[in-house]
Amino acid sequence: MVTVLNQNTTTVARSTTWYGSALRGVVLALAFVFFVAPLYAGSKFSLQNNAGAFSFSSLGDLTKAQGFSASFLLSTELTIVTMIGVLFLVVPTVIFIHLRVPSLTRALEVVSLMPIVFPPIIIVLGFMHEAPGALLVWPYHLAPMYLVLTLPFVVRSIESGLSALDVRTLVDAARSLGSSFFVILRRVLLPNLSSALIASSALVIAFVYSEYTMAQFQQRPTLPVWIAQFAMSSGHISTAAAMVSLLGAWVLLSVVLLIDLARTTLRTKRSESA
Amino acid sequence: MNSVSGASVSLDSLQHSYAGVKALDNFTLHVAPGELVALLGPSGCGKTTALRAVAGFLTPDSGRVVVGDTDVTSLPSQKRDMGMVFQSYSLFPNLSVRDNVEFGLRLRRVKSASRRSRSHELLEMVGLADQAVKYPHQLSGGQQQRVALARALAVEPQVLLLDEPLSALDAKVRSELREQIQALQKRLSMTTIFVTHDQEEALSIADRVVVMNKGKAEQISTPQELYSQPATTFVAEFVGVSSRYRCERSGATVQIFGRSVPIRNADTQTTGQVHALLRPEDVVVTASDSGVARVLRSSFLGSSVRLEVETPHGIIRADVPASQVVSAGSMVELSYRSENVLIATLDESKELRAL
Repeated sequence: MVTVLNQNTTTVARSTTWYGSALRGVVLALAFVFFVAPLYAGSKFSLQNNAGAFSFSSLGDLTKAQGFSASFLLSTELTIVTMIGVLFLVVPTVIFIHLRVPSLTRALEVVSLMPIVFPPIIIVLGFMHEAPGALLVWPYHLAPMYLVLTLPFVVRSIESGLSALDVRTLVDAARSLGSSFFVILRRVLLPNLSSALIASSALVIAFVYSEYTMAQFQQRPTLPVWIAQFAMSSGHISTAAAMVSLLGAWVLLSVVLLIDLARTTLRTKRSESA
Repeated sequence: MNSVSGASVSLDSLQHSYAGVKALDNFTLHVAPGELVALLGPSGCGKTTALRAVAGFLTPDSGRVVVGDTDVTSLPSQKRDMGMVFQSYSLFPNLSVRDNVEFGLRLRRVKSASRRSRSHELLEMVGLADQAVKYPHQLSGGQQQRVALARALAVEPQVLLLDEPLSALDAKVRSELREQIQALQKRLSMTTIFVTHDQEEALSIADRVVVMNKGKAEQISTPQELYSQPATTFVAEFVGVSSRYRCERSGATVQIFGRSVPIRNADTQTTGQVHALLRPEDVVVTASDSGVARVLRSSFLGSSVRLEVETPHGIIRADVPASQVVSAGSMVELSYRSENVLIATLDESKELRAL
């Protein structure tokens, strides 16, 4: 009886493995094409001149194009301001609710989904109508709106990071050793949420470098706005700009990852050398 | 570290409710300096609530917590100078073993060299000096709990609080760590409150045991007294093993296996049907073909054998030496060898069974 069962199990396992491998291969191939094809096409197009020959002229022209550097800088600055907002406003709020008012977690989830429910145009109009005048003249006044729009991703990412930890006991342990809330946040929670924070940063970077509607409505010359405008005069240069913005987003993300890696390596070395 | 000694802890008429359900009901306890007291009871009896009130993680609805001469009831936990070990280890995953132990010292701005020597000393004390650079996920459960103990002791707390620290460990590690905790506590003379639902743990480690039920202390006494002289039926049933023998009460005595036995703590002279609570080691079994009791089951326990014996008055458990051969199905006679007995009314029995 045991032998028969074993044989059946082996057969089922083999067929699962065969179909599973094939399915995995197909899904991976499709995903590869889906992600790589646009990158390849964009890169190829941006590295062609008007005659269709390979050339770096678009990238050369891009640096000289009027308004490119300013728009790239503005998008980068907006990304950094939004990330600071996430780190100092959203993260402590989510942690506070998780720890002190867990009954509000559900409400937080619902509220954080609102930016998906309402079209960005409504958020812009609401902001313009309700925000104090001083905020509207602030050069980075798009950042608060970006903060709201990235809430669905950021809140979820931090919530899942918190759920992976026994936060309540860690906090109690730290408190019993003499930590205040800010020490707990800085020394216990944030270091253990680094993966969630990196994921949040990635989402913020990707979002800010590609957001068009709000910036256009507010007439702020961010990179996506500049690309859309320039596309009318030169497709090659605007595509090159889009590829550069993608590269910029990757560089920023790499910086975030490198900072985390350096912090971890330093800590390990310090601990080992002591 | 050898100079560490504890402060007294007094819990004075503590009351606390969760959504209208009483977790602590006028709970009072005094722990002497250097004493190890275990809070023992079933889930929901209020033992962890009492410990959290001492730690400062919750403020009781009423009552006071006094450490030494200071009322700490409204003092935040980070200012109470207590060390705590939790059931779920609670080591900081981002810090090495050494950094975990030094965490509290760093907050107290202890200089690097002193910090290092203190953490080394403590890690040696718990047998983990060679694991200092490892991270919590690289250690076993028992090792993690030892680090948690070293971390709690590092700040030289006035009081050490242990919240079911051994519950998540396997039997062998649990027994080793229990002995280690006991040895360290005696060596440092540290006032310690130990919460557990495991009676064996409480009886073996504590100077005094508090048996809790429904937010109240049922009995506070030494492990020996608790076992041999349980004050209430709840204690008799919760600590150790008791069998219920239905018998007739006449005044201050009951009839057990044909012998008149005085009732312990008899405060009334009533008559009627009651349950006598018999410890298995107080029941003597003699093989006899003419006996009215029949052995249902026998379980080998190593040095003894536990028998379940069916009598007209209920099923009685009895411990006999392993050398005494009594097989299931054989007829026996029973006798009772203790000087007195604790009884429960039949109503109380229903209530106890529902627990």
